[in-house]
Amino acid sequence: MEALSPTMEEGRLVKWHKQEGDAVKAGETLAEVETDKAVMDLIARADGVLQQVAVTEGQTVPVGNVVAVIAAPGETVGASVASAPPPTPAPSGGGMRDARGGMRDAGSGMRDAGGVGPAPGDVTRVKASPLAKRMAREAGVDLKVVTGSGPGGRVVKRDLEASASRALAPAAAPAVVESHPASPIPHPAPSGAPYEDVPLTQIRKTIAKRLVTSLGPIPHFFLTSEVDMERAAEARDALNRRLGDRGKVSFNDIIVKATALALTKHRACNAWFQEDHIRYWNEVHLGMAVAVEDGLITPVIRNADLKPLLEIGHEAKQLADKARSRRLQPSEYTGSTFSVSNLGMFDIDQFTAVINPPEAGILAVGTITPKPVVVDGQVVPRRRLRLTMSCDHRVIDGATGAAFLSTLKGMLENPLAMLL
Amino acid sequence: MPTLTYRDALNQALREEMQRDANVFLMGEEVGVYQGAYKVSRGLLEEFGPMRVVDTPIAELGFAGIGVGAAMAGLRPVIEFMTWNFAVLALDQIVNSAAKLLYESGGQFPIPIVFRGPNGAALQLGAQHSQAWEGWLSHIPGLKVVAPATPADAKGLLKSAIRDNNPVIVLEGEMLYNTKGEVPEGEYVVPIGRADVKRAGRDVTLICHSKTVAVALNAAEQLAEQERVSAEVVDLRSLRPLDDAAITASVAKTNRAVVIEEGWPHCGIGAQVVDVIQREAFDHLDAPVLRVTQADVPMPYNKQLERLAKPSPDKVVAAARRVLYLD
Repeated sequence: MEALSPTMEEGRLVKWHKQEGDAVKAGETLAEVETDKAVMDLIARADGVLQQVAVTEGQTVPVGNVVAVIAAPGETVGASVASAPPPTPAPSGGGMRDARGGMRDAGSGMRDAGGVGPAPGDVTRVKASPLAKRMAREAGVDLKVVTGSGPGGRVVKRDLEASASRALAPAAAPAVVESHPASPIPHPAPSGAPYEDVPLTQIRKTIAKRLVTSLGPIPHFFLTSEVDMERAAEARDALNRRLGDRGKVSFNDIIVKATALALTKHRACNAWFQEDHIRYWNEVHLGMAVAVEDGLITPVIRNADLKPLLEIGHEAKQLADKARSRRLQPSEYTGSTFSVSNLGMFDIDQFTAVINPPEAGILAVGTITPKPVVVDGQVVPRRRLRLTMSCDHRVIDGATGAAFLSTLKGMLENPLAMLL
Repeated sequence: MPTLTYRDALNQALREEMQRDANVFLMGEEVGVYQGAYKVSRGLLEEFGPMRVVDTPIAELGFAGIGVGAAMAGLRPVIEFMTWNFAVLALDQIVNSAAKLLYESGGQFPIPIVFRGPNGAALQLGAQHSQAWEGWLSHIPGLKVVAPATPADAKGLLKSAIRDNNPVIVLEGEMLYNTKGEVPEGEYVVPIGRADVKRAGRDVTLICHSKTVAVALNAAEQLAEQERVSAEVVDLRSLRPLDDAAITASVAKTNRAVVIEEGWPHCGIGAQVVDVIQREAFDHLDAPVLRVTQADVPMPYNKQLERLAKPSPDKVVAAARRVLYLD
């Protein structure tokens, strides 16, 4: 079982694409595996014949365990590998020897010393451009989990683009772009039993593990501000009238854009806590919490401060769709510098979100509601929005967070301020 | 700003420097009465007289040697070769005398001399007259080598070359003499050793000099139109010393490079540029650096074969696509 995401510790074999006896080529999909994040393809690392399948569909095995054996045509596998522990040195004798590197997943003692056919390539060596290696090193990404798109599978810049250091971190509450996902809670069993035990899926396990590393150790504090959305609503209506069939700008797009722009003016809030240092980001990559069946995930809108509203909207929708179909690549859900969680569509007035470490802040967006407000001595109805920012006090102090929130509020209350 | 041809920009530089310093004189085949094989010295004999605009016999080694001697005696000669193909005959004076006298005299004899003339292929001049010599010349410690691509750079670099106290090789081009561009009037000097970004870009760096600057700019235009690729064109201008910092800065920005030159690939200028990139910009590289050069053969006389042997915008576009992983 290969590590298919930076934090994967075990994988559930969802579906075999090859059967025992099938010829396979290096690079072909052997099976689909559910990791802690997504369903990913398990790729054959050598040419040969799929001699033995060691894991059945639905079974979960730790990373490093044997899932299958690929042998050269006509070659006999020497040892039984079913449910074998991680590879151990080859048994002696019998003309068998341990396959080097290339047969890492195939367990011990199955490769004929006579060497029928070419030896498999060394899969432990990842081919990557110097730039890609540097980017991966800086972002803490394991190159082995990145699929290279260059010649011979070379990992190049575009494969790593914006992929950054940590594994996905779930935000406190799922936000949704447009449609609501199906409820993850199973319907009552027809048997009438008083309860049902459902094993944790990989994503729920990750959420459980990650969240206690957030609210527990991180000293959170919360700042709430109520924003008048009248002018943002007018701006949105005007833009949408002008756009006609060419697209629609949503409030979420405006909030994402304004948040990103406000972060460029408050670098202190666009930061990662890194134990012995704080990394202040010069780029703004906004994580966007998306509810998926059985959990949530935070795909990332890269350089959100530089993108036009329509592009943000388009990208948010695409990422949300991919998240729901569990087809996000690791580079699409890692590396955010700040996150936004929006529960507006669930009619939530305000809430507090759990920080997505190592980020230092997250913004919780409530619903836009008409309220009676005093303007120039008169009570008038105004559309209002409550924003709550969760801050990591190790990075952000009260006044720092408040200054950011004030800039953001100013931009939403007067969208022209975004041009400043 | 006035628009001048490359030829007239060189003429302006020569005239201004001869007016500025009475020690500057021009010598070579047909530079006087005929006013230059390519009319670079038009009007100079009339203005400065036969003591400072000197016609020579067809004897490159001889007049190159007279130039070196004159420089030793304190003058500032500008030696014109009808083409660098003929200057091969003078290489002993250039390489063994001009480049080494300062060193061998323990610093007593600086050699402030300029050797200039057209370099590289023109059209259908055959294998012996269609050669790019910058790889040879840049190999020699003691020489500086510049290769201006535009009229403004031609003026600015020739003036710098004449004022330099070391031997400077100025590589011009028969196909460049008629090209036009804006040229600043009066005192306009381009320092030797500085490359110039002729077009800014983000995605790939095209490194070039002399005639290949036009090839690279054409390729950059095609890349922008057809591939929406933003190519940066870096004109080296000076081949020795080479502007390592400019090369590195551009590759650090784009992560990919194609190096273009008129010369042959083996031990060419591009090989030196690639060395700089791999050493100074290793961690910025996203793809191996590719080179576009003349085919590794004597230049064919046949028109179609000659066209195929030369660097072209299509070849640069193809190389750029490869380093961008677009193929």
